[in-house]
Amino acid sequence: MAGTAVLGRLTWQVGRVVNSMVETPRVKSLTLELPAWGGHRAGQHVDLRLTAEDGYQAVRSYSIASPPEVGSVVVTVERLDDGEVSPYLVDELRVDDQIEVRGPIGGYFVWEISQGGPLFLVSGGSGIVPLMAMIRHRLAGGSEVPIMLLYSSRSHDDVIYGTELEALAAMEGIRVVQTYTRVQPPGWEGYSRRIDESLLGDVAPPPGERPLIYICGPTALVEGVASSMVALGHEPTRIKTERFGPTGR
Amino acid sequence: MCARIFSRGFHGRRQEPEDASRLPPGQYLVRDFPVLSAGPTPRTPLERWDFSLSGEVGQPRRWTWDEFRALPSEFVTRDIHCVTRWSKLDTLWEGVSVDTLLDGVEYDAEYVVAFCDGGYTTNLPLEDVTGGKAWVAFSYNGEPLEAAHGGPARLLVPHLYFWKSAKWVRGLTLSGHDEPGFWESAGYHNRGDPWQEQRYWGD
Repeated sequence: MAGTAVLGRLTWQVGRVVNSMVETPRVKSLTLELPAWGGHRAGQHVDLRLTAEDGYQAVRSYSIASPPEVGSVVVTVERLDDGEVSPYLVDELRVDDQIEVRGPIGGYFVWEISQGGPLFLVSGGSGIVPLMAMIRHRLAGGSEVPIMLLYSSRSHDDVIYGTELEALAAMEGIRVVQTYTRVQPPGWEGYSRRIDESLLGDVAPPPGERPLIYICGPTALVEGVASSMVALGHEPTRIKTERFGPTGR
Repeated sequence: MCARIFSRGFHGRRQEPEDASRLPPGQYLVRDFPVLSAGPTPRTPLERWDFSLSGEVGQPRRWTWDEFRALPSEFVTRDIHCVTRWSKLDTLWEGVSVDTLLDGVEYDAEYVVAFCDGGYTTNLPLEDVTGGKAWVAFSYNGEPLEAAHGGPARLLVPHLYFWKSAKWVRGLTLSGHDEPGFWESAGYHNRGDPWQEQRYWGD
């Protein structure tokens, strides 16, 4: 079972936005400088709290995109049009603004270099965020654990961390496979369908390699991929899942 | 503690007053039914399913699916609250009360651990699952409980955060001491009362 992630009480602290980066038309990465960050593990998340002038507050959780090796915390946020908090974070929040933060939270969907590999990471949409923290951790920590990332996006324009993924794909020990489910770029010869069992059969490390499997994305993707991986012969106990449902994050 | 800061230009979305009184602090309403779990959905055939009571009990008990379904069941309508901040009002379940399962069982215990297919566990004080507060539910909204939502049967403890309502439950272990379960060992509160906002350790 997972180790202990959070020691003692989690308290709110005031962070400052020190960088804001557009990832896609709907997604931004925000770098937060925190006065008392005790560190985190790749895959964990933070709670962000907004306060209106009349004292009304709203809190949502966001995955941390940055690896434990850097001192600041980067969250990558997708704007959900019917959301209460994400449109503010993506459209309104600016560099030098303050925001309340507590964390890190979650001690199960995490990966540390000491856990070894190989890693098979599967994501859809903004589900890539905690998985990117794992990849960045592997690089920043000097690990050589083989990583296979399978990433499903609606179109090329919806790909988060696109430039970084291109660079990763050229690195030793890291493979990146993408599928575009709705619109494909001209001349695209890769996958152009939702992730299914036959696609996983082509791409996933064989069960004999006993990969550690992390799946993050919308419920339908996570349910489907996790079931398929079990059907392909992978041990259920090596499969960890996390979901981003359309629940107003 | 930090001084109160305001989020320039943030107005938020207030709940309707009649809903707001039913929402614990920090929760928002959903109309759908989000699915959250830590691993693959287990699929145990009903002919291999059973439910057991073990641990500090005079005589361990075990029910097959047919025996379990022959027990008296109840319909309950309750609001449910997930630690990830969504709440859903007036959810309709059918299940066997934990009181019914414990009826006639001698035990010397103050705590239970619910154990499940897939290895999930969650711990509860016995008094949180007795006295008409908890059920082993096999139906949602008049339909058999879907596997993704914990079917064939899940624990239903609606007065606590919903991770306590363990999916794919297969039994209860009664014990004299409290043993943290899956999320309770991974940073989440040991009891999880949404009205006291007991989300994480130390809350």
